[in-house]
Amino acid sequence: MKGVKRNFLIVILLLLAVAGLFLFYNMGSNWEFALRLRGIKVAAILVVACCVAYSSVAFQTLTNNRILTPSIMGFESVYLLIQTIIVFLYGDQTFRVLSSLDNFLLSVLGMIGFAFLLYILIYKKGKDNLYLLLLVGIILGTLFNSLSSFMQLLIDPNDYFIVQGKMFATFNKVNRDLLWPSTVVLVLLLVVGFRTSRYLDVLALGRDQAINLGLNYNRMVQLFLVIIAILVSISTALVGPITFLGLLVTNLTYELFKTHRHVVIIAACCLITAVTLLSGQFVMERLFHLSIPVSAIINLVGGFYFIYLLLRVRKL
Amino acid sequence: MRTLILILVLLVLALLSLLVGVADLSMALISISRIPRTAALILAGVGMSISGVIMQQMTQNKFVAPTTAGTLEAAKMGLLIFLIFIPTAGSGIKMLLAFLFTFVASLIFLSIVRKIRYRSVVFVPLVGLMFGGIIGSISTFFAVRLNIVQDTNAWMMADFSGILQGRYELIYLSLPAILITYLYANKFTVVGMGEDFSKNLGLNYNAIMNIGLFCVSLTVSAVVITAGAIPFLGLIVPNVVSLLFGDNLKKSLPLVALSGAIFLLLCDIAGRLVIYPYEVPIGVTVSIIGAIIFLLLIIRKR
Repeated sequence: MKGVKRNFLIVILLLLAVAGLFLFYNMGSNWEFALRLRGIKVAAILVVACCVAYSSVAFQTLTNNRILTPSIMGFESVYLLIQTIIVFLYGDQTFRVLSSLDNFLLSVLGMIGFAFLLYILIYKKGKDNLYLLLLVGIILGTLFNSLSSFMQLLIDPNDYFIVQGKMFATFNKVNRDLLWPSTVVLVLLLVVGFRTSRYLDVLALGRDQAINLGLNYNRMVQLFLVIIAILVSISTALVGPITFLGLLVTNLTYELFKTHRHVVIIAACCLITAVTLLSGQFVMERLFHLSIPVSAIINLVGGFYFIYLLLRVRKL
Repeated sequence: MRTLILILVLLVLALLSLLVGVADLSMALISISRIPRTAALILAGVGMSISGVIMQQMTQNKFVAPTTAGTLEAAKMGLLIFLIFIPTAGSGIKMLLAFLFTFVASLIFLSIVRKIRYRSVVFVPLVGLMFGGIIGSISTFFAVRLNIVQDTNAWMMADFSGILQGRYELIYLSLPAILITYLYANKFTVVGMGEDFSKNLGLNYNAIMNIGLFCVSLTVSAVVITAGAIPFLGLIVPNVVSLLFGDNLKKSLPLVALSGAIFLLLCDIAGRLVIYPYEVPIGVTVSIIGAIIFLLLIIRKR
């Protein structure tokens, strides 16, 4: 436990340092303006970090492995399809027709609706196989992707840049209108999530053990799936898809904190995700002058890390 | 008998595919555009479904196919690298690059599959899809840097409308691969049962494995280069055939090949008629019909 405490301290200090650097580095003369702008970004990063961390850790526990992330279930394809349809319909009028709050709500509802349909479809059929659920989600995702790319073919190349802007997560466009509702929902979910996190400890033992220990397995899995769906939807609608972030940070967390208590792991993972995002954003903004979206870098690093993981471990 | 019926259906559809279109028929039109298109469709249909069969045999998993093992993504990546770095080199180099990428990706995927302890039928394709997603994200990274995301999407959307005489001949490279598959069909099944088992039966495990991967990579890269990525084909055709006609590979392989070609021809004709005189790219029709069939398959399966 001592090591855990020490690591926690290190990560918190690191987070403070990075956040400080991000907020105060090279402020220029109009420091009030810079601080407000950067403050919103930091807040957005913290919200997304908590969403990604909780949903990824919980999801990996439910599926009993460390190489999946919830976003592969088709959430991002739904998001991209919605965005593509909007641009397809309205073209360069998109921003005038739909405020960013409308767009946000539409995307969140679309993704949550998709997830619930999926859950109902699988569980109504009396099939409680989680992997089946994932596979169906992914296949639907592939279908949505084909539809989006067909529409993207038809979109005017100038308007296409609106879609392309949505394809990569960015923290530059988050505004306060979106931040408040998502923060409120996030806090509510985290309260529920942390209270029930001890059930995750039991679920981590596997289905049979969990049932043996008196847990209502299906009910619990469904509860966590709902929490995960809402969290992923919020983070995706807020900034855009970052598919492999969850993969990267959960594995880093498990490497650093050698414990299996979910309270610890999830809290640590939130911190580590925030550090990763903040430093990624800092490097992209200040060193590369936003020439590459931060999510493209994270997906690249996460991707290589994933392949390394797969090749290094002897058994999965 | 079944084979005969399927051949007849295929011939009728091929004839139909030659006749559907906007322009008035003329000998030149047929020989420059229609025949290449129909030939490419048949070859792609046969090639992709046969590759699906080989991959399913080698991994002993019904849900593994070029779509679910990162193979398509790897071919895309090879093509992208070609277009970025050496766009002026000949199509032979393009083919070679796409082939190398698919081959290496298949090797990696197989080595991953062998490590999976929890051999749930659904888990293997899940890992494969993740693997594909990662290869895709690496390609996307380069595409973003060069601002060619929309173009790459357009290249990759499977579409046979651009196929003309002189621009599609690479797809004939899949013929030898298909032939080898037919001759080695049973050996692939044995190899899928594991290294020890196949050595016990006197097979050269590594050689057969490599031949299989070679065939798959050759076919997939030839099809991706000429027409684009066709999703689901290698997944659903073998599964439907095995549901209907059983699993004896020597008997079912010709059926798989014929049904693959028929399915692709049907999708293409449908795509050409839905918004006549324009056409919907075959990638869209295949993935809509394919996704529905696949979902029915996995939900009904257990």
